[in-house]
Amino acid sequence: MNNYELMVIFTPVLSEDEFKAAQKKYADLVAETGGEIVHSNPWGLKSLAYPIQKKTTGIYWVVEFTAPSSFNETLKIQLLRDEQVLRHMVTRLDKYAVAYNARKKSGVNYKNEKAEVE
Amino acid sequence: MAKANEIKYLTAIKTEKPRKKFCRFKKYGIKYIDYKDVEFLKKFLNEQGKMLPRRITGNSLKYQRKVSDAIKKARQMALLPYVTDLLK
Repeated sequence: MNNYELMVIFTPVLSEDEFKAAQKKYADLVAETGGEIVHSNPWGLKSLAYPIQKKTTGIYWVVEFTAPSSFNETLKIQLLRDEQVLRHMVTRLDKYAVAYNARKKSGVNYKNEKAEVE
Repeated sequence: MAKANEIKYLTAIKTEKPRKKFCRFKKYGIKYIDYKDVEFLKKFLNEQGKMLPRRITGNSLKYQRKVSDAIKKARQMALLPYVTDLLK
């Protein structure tokens, strides 16, 4: 059971409930294989830094989950087959990343002491 | 005519000592660089969106690589542009 973080960009034409349905679909996919969602964080509509497939905006969704390592392959197949998904990225989280995400969720501001480093 | 090296100045020429660069990750004990934190990553990019070298950012090798990985991931997910002008 490793920690992963999945970031997905959906097509901007997606309506609100379609977006929810897509989230649920992948969430069930994770739960089905014994993994569990630690934190789901939809960013919603955001403008992209460069156009992807001729679209300049996309709906971002970031989800942190734990899953067995064999799960990546099935997830990738699902994501590639789904044409609503413009782009996706799964990253493996090490213990510092997990601690960072937990801290960020709990709201303590960790990055501020970097601001005055200029 | 006094030769150049014989000129004595009353007060020493004030040479601006270059600020000692340090690796901010080691100093503040930051272990994980989040690729989603665009504002923080922009500090390591120049106006065209290109990565700054280590001699300018002052990072240690280990963390400079982590920063470059995070920047590449952010570029892949269209959080940061590959090339642009007037990024800041």
